[in-house]
Amino acid sequence: MIATKFELPKLDYAYDALEPYIDAKTMEIHHSKHHAGYTNNLNNAIPGTAYEGKEVEELFMNAKTLPAAIRNNGGGFYNHNLFWKVMSPNGGGLPGGNLADAINRDFGSFDKFKELFSNAAATRFGSGWAWLLVNNGELKITSTPNQDNPLMDVADVRGTPILGLDVWEHAYYLKYQNRRPEYIAAFWNVINWEEVSGRFIDSAKINH
Amino acid sequence: MSFELPKLPYALDALEPHISKKTLEFHYGKHHQAYINNLNNLVAGTKFENATLETIVKEAEGAIFNNGAQVWNHTFYFTSFSPSGAKKPSGKLADAIDKQFGTFSAFIDEFSKAAVTLFGSGWIWLVKNPDGTLNTLQESNAGNPLRKGLLPVLTCDVWEHAYYLDYQNKRPDYIQAFWNVIDWNILSGRF
Repeated sequence: MIATKFELPKLDYAYDALEPYIDAKTMEIHHSKHHAGYTNNLNNAIPGTAYEGKEVEELFMNAKTLPAAIRNNGGGFYNHNLFWKVMSPNGGGLPGGNLADAINRDFGSFDKFKELFSNAAATRFGSGWAWLLVNNGELKITSTPNQDNPLMDVADVRGTPILGLDVWEHAYYLKYQNRRPEYIAAFWNVINWEEVSGRFIDSAKINH
Repeated sequence: MSFELPKLPYALDALEPHISKKTLEFHYGKHHQAYINNLNNLVAGTKFENATLETIVKEAEGAIFNNGAQVWNHTFYFTSFSPSGAKKPSGKLADAIDKQFGTFSAFIDEFSKAAVTLFGSGWIWLVKNPDGTLNTLQESNAGNPLRKGLLPVLTCDVWEHAYYLDYQNKRPDYIQAFWNVIDWNILSGRF
């Protein structure tokens, strides 16, 4: 992706495709307003700066020194791109192959991984994201505030995210209101494990 | 000390159409209630077990601070509203606003801009400094200006739960509506 201008990606599925787990109205507003907003704001913040022409992943390496508008909107742009991809109307079930082996190796079992990830999502205070990430081949779980992510130098736990869950209230409030744990439980029904596995395999090709 | 959800000074539908009954049912009945329950559970067996809420806000950290401050913040927020309150400040508070911001309208603009631009969850505050001057302040998550030795006069909740059912992503519309339910007589009493 040549970063001359960042483009809001189209979804691979319709707004109502993740029903009943994530409602159509939320998907529409989340994609066409929130994600679109981050994309537009990013495109407005970059021109004429030293950050022009760079991929967001490169910018994240020095997130600490980024202007807030670029960190926040660059993060929002990247995070939501990943989010739409790791979900699918044909999602759910269990991962297989190398990813399943790595989950068992690094967390003990899929159930333990699910518990840890869900807990990270439930306990992130305020806005943020829960992540499954890879660091030097090892899987880790973390959460980040606002639109930060584990690619950023400011993250507590750093690495390549392969699965993310948005826990900003806009991600679930229309359907679940205050019941974030119910939203988290529903998420497991839409995870696109093929996509997550592909990202896991690709992460081995990235140097940390 | 066991904290309890304070009664709302008005009916749940009293702030319609600016803040809906449905929003208050969740915001007051679920979110505020949960912070109270969490706080009571968390302080048990700690040095904050019998502390006042203000002490907790000023001295606690981590989950006790997050929940304690959110209890304080929400009570302060909900008790700033009235279905038919004073729409403008008067007396000493009005004078202080004019002195600090130029005009009431300029204050509204500055506070509203701060409310719209705070990234993520948090609160916007109008505070009185020790020298009697006023300032607007953005605080993330549960941030409360008592910790900085400042006196809160007004707060606006910009966590998405405060406005998402009524306004979705349109936070500026919520901020406009917010001004319609603030009772400046209540705020003057705090100044």
